[in-house]
Amino acid sequence: MQLGRVVGTVVATTAYRGLEGVPLLIVQPLERDLTPRGRPLVAADGVAMAGPGELVYFVASREASLALPVTFVPVDHAIVGIVDAVDGGGP
Amino acid sequence: MKIGRVAGTVVSTINSPVFDGRRLLLVDLLTATGEPAGGYVIAIDVVDAGPGETVLVLDEGNSARQVLEEPNGPVRAVVVGIVDELTIDGRRLL
Repeated sequence: MQLGRVVGTVVATTAYRGLEGVPLLIVQPLERDLTPRGRPLVAADGVAMAGPGELVYFVASREASLALPVTFVPVDHAIVGIVDAVDGGGP
Repeated sequence: MKIGRVAGTVVSTINSPVFDGRRLLLVDLLTATGEPAGGYVIAIDVVDAGPGETVLVLDEGNSARQVLEEPNGPVRAVVVGIVDELTIDGRRLL
């Protein structure tokens, strides 16, 4: 599980079965010191409450599909929590 | 499993149920010889590891779900041990 920041949203009305209504957000993965790492990715919002700019943590692969109400929906990244504070993570 | 060092904690109130009431640690991954490996993971703590401690990280979903007894939990990393001693090629590193 890694840290990320929500930088945008994706709307996809035509999507694979099971993805209807799943909020899709653009997340910039972060290093431990909260600096960007790599390219942004599209993640399903497993808590359905993450807003733009928020610090989140996300899972990948199979765990991502377990993060949604309907499991085994085809997603490879999913937000599983909104971060209130990181101590020891900052610069 | 991987070796890591506890760098801090992550506080979260809005999260998937599997994290409720569980402590989240920020763990820097180390190489087998104890140097920083460059990556980190957020892991659920089940052994009360403290900041700065060298720990054993289980970084695989099925095992994590088994340890936490959460068959459908979207979780992958769990701190399952605190390393007291690390010896390689007869040299004690920790």
